[in-house]
Amino acid sequence: MTAQPGKPLPSPSAVSQPFWDGLAVGELRVQKCDACGRYVFYPRPFCPHCLSDSLTWTPLSGRGRVYTYTIVRRAMNPAFTADVPYVFAIVELEEGPRLPTNVINCPPDAVRVEMPVKAVYDKVTAGIALLKFEPA
Amino acid sequence: MTLKRAAAITGIAEMRPRKSAEGLSTLGIWADVSRDAMRDAGLAPGDIDGLLVAPPIVDMVAMWPSHFGEYLDIHPRFANVVDLGGASAAGMVWRAASAIQSGLCRAVLCVSGEASDVETFYAPRARRPSMQLPMREFEAPYGPMGVNSGYAQIAMRHMHEFGTTSRQLAKVAVDQRTNAGANPDALYRDPITVDDVLASPMIVDPLHLYEIVRPCTGGAAFIVVSPDLARSSVQTPVWLVGAAEATRGVMLAQVPSITTSPIADAAPRAFAMAGVTPADVNLVSVYDCYTITVVVTLEDAGFCAKGHGGPFVEDHDLTFRGDLPLNTHGGQLSFGQPGLAGGMSHITEAVRQLQGRAGDRQVRDCELAFVNGNGGIMSEQASLVLGV
Repeated sequence: MTAQPGKPLPSPSAVSQPFWDGLAVGELRVQKCDACGRYVFYPRPFCPHCLSDSLTWTPLSGRGRVYTYTIVRRAMNPAFTADVPYVFAIVELEEGPRLPTNVINCPPDAVRVEMPVKAVYDKVTAGIALLKFEPA
Repeated sequence: MTLKRAAAITGIAEMRPRKSAEGLSTLGIWADVSRDAMRDAGLAPGDIDGLLVAPPIVDMVAMWPSHFGEYLDIHPRFANVVDLGGASAAGMVWRAASAIQSGLCRAVLCVSGEASDVETFYAPRARRPSMQLPMREFEAPYGPMGVNSGYAQIAMRHMHEFGTTSRQLAKVAVDQRTNAGANPDALYRDPITVDDVLASPMIVDPLHLYEIVRPCTGGAAFIVVSPDLARSSVQTPVWLVGAAEATRGVMLAQVPSITTSPIADAAPRAFAMAGVTPADVNLVSVYDCYTITVVVTLEDAGFCAKGHGGPFVEDHDLTFRGDLPLNTHGGQLSFGQPGLAGGMSHITEAVRQLQGRAGDRQVRDCELAFVNGNGGIMSEQASLVLGV
């Protein structure tokens, strides 16, 4: 997929900026709670499990599996029309967190639930890279 | 504390869904169905002292209850927006009953609907997600197809975990279309087969066009009243006998298991309040934005074991003549989904059936109904048991 006018882009907040800064330099960082040891994604100002304020940005492997997916064959946002059919998926990272994403660099019909995937950093603007995945 | 028989529905009204607004306004639709519901219940505007509205999806503005109270010239002592997505209608029933039970009011008008069509619904302006939502930051850049893609992801995972098939999902749409054939108000009435569903265009795998609702114009209202008003009602009162609600986040990536919904929490509590089980129910009237929604609902509400929903809908006749009458109005898939009023239709149909006013599609000896409202991406759930 390519950056096109009209595609939504993230507007990072103070809390989420380190996540996007990481992706921009090709590194997947997720918050980890210093108190209870759980990962926190999406970024939050405190741990929703134990309420600790002490979260540390932690590099993850970028490896995971397709938890579920769909193939979008009609774009709802016209900015995605040129991309159909494309895979809109949820990937479960091997460290546990799940995130919405696209599986790219393979035919959409080749994607399967539980398929192993690895991170791809898709630089859509000078400052923003989207986290996508490709077959591992 | 229980809401069992704390209130009853005594009046309903529903506009026939249409594919375009035809010059109608949302407030005009609300007023029309509210007038008809008051007439149906034998109540006057001055009797209405509570107002609950579910906001139009295509026109989210502030203070809808006050705007509508002004339009209708009523002066409720209890007025709220209920925004649980498609679960708003079912959520309104028990909120109204709760307000009545606490003495705040005696007759609550519940209304929803909107002037909408496919173009309006999909207009980027109407559908622009708030910049503040995590969904906007972490999901929208990847091109979800509204909520369609979320339900498709649930269906895909359900197929993976349980072996559910597209033919099984299609059966829901087929039986509901048969029901719509007996409902003159339904948007789509021509019979379809499982093969027709599978031959309709694949929109968002594994969901085909005939497995997906379409936006349209319409509206509905019902009136929930106190037991004393119910006993003097011109209509057979339809009592709330069980109710419960459960919610989770809307973003599927945040949900521990997307194949199990909060219905698994809400429905058993609603049945327990009513003192009945799924086997006691004569009518199932449950939110059906997609075929997969019905399958997951039947499992989580306890009509069959988890993961058995596919074979279950294949083995049971879900038509109004069948062994498990389900969405006898045709469901939103065939009747239509006029915004959040789509969820009203499951309540109005249950009331008609329980009152014996369902015409050609009347279910025989219908005394107990299970109603479920579902919002977001199976994120909001309101389960009701209604009876006469």
